[in-house]
Amino acid sequence: MSTLTFLLMDAPYEQARTSTAFRLIDSALRRKVGVRVFAYEGAVSLAMTGQKPHANAVHGRTLEEEAHPTPHAWVAALGAMAQENGVPFDWVNCGLCVDERGANEVVPCTRRGSPADFWKMTLESANTLVIPTR
Amino acid sequence: MRVLQIIEPAYRATLEEQDDTVLWFTRAIRAAGAPADVLLCGTAVNYSVRGQDAEGFHVGGWSQHHPPAIEHEITKLIESGARVAALAEDLAERGIHTESMLPGIEVLSRKSLGGLCAQYERVWKW
Repeated sequence: MSTLTFLLMDAPYEQARTSTAFRLIDSALRRKVGVRVFAYEGAVSLAMTGQKPHANAVHGRTLEEEAHPTPHAWVAALGAMAQENGVPFDWVNCGLCVDERGANEVVPCTRRGSPADFWKMTLESANTLVIPTR
Repeated sequence: MRVLQIIEPAYRATLEEQDDTVLWFTRAIRAAGAPADVLLCGTAVNYSVRGQDAEGFHVGGWSQHHPPAIEHEITKLIESGARVAALAEDLAERGIHTESMLPGIEVLSRKSLGGLCAQYERVWKW
């Protein structure tokens, strides 16, 4: 089965690269292509379960109406879709980056690892896309 | 599977991380067996300059120990067998002359980029 590896580096809620990366990963999983993700630096915060949606007075919407996105829900949704489609999905959070940020509470379909895991993912994938901070 | 790491932005969180995050990552994956080389371009060509000193970062009563030592990171990479190169045009734009550069760094022209990338199975632009 074909597999792609992605390295993400950006923290959530700062730029458009994160939502673009999630679109690419979603697209791969829908086509039953396995996905491996290495979350480096600020990207380890994507899977943090402490993220909370909020109401938005500027938009004039309540908490429920606003339905503010939380990236940890996106990560969980990708994991669920991979499971439904029967394709591999492996999300690794850089352990040192997790420790720096106290980003320990994360969605269950992710795990802790190191750059050595990224290299192993790369060797086992058809291709690898690095999406760094700018 | 040969890897080329192209680094463009310089000093990305270097004080917080005590190094450049991509140079560190490159050393880490090389330790895991990745034959990874480095091309410095844009502002990152400044990493090739000798004698940089990032000491003196203080916040209130807190002082940073072990500040980033980019020169050391580059030297260690080269000593480990990595090829490290910098783009000539980007060096020239910043007035960086070869005599001020660390030994062992290749200087390549922008015209050679295509041929360089063709030598690698994976090219990652940071």
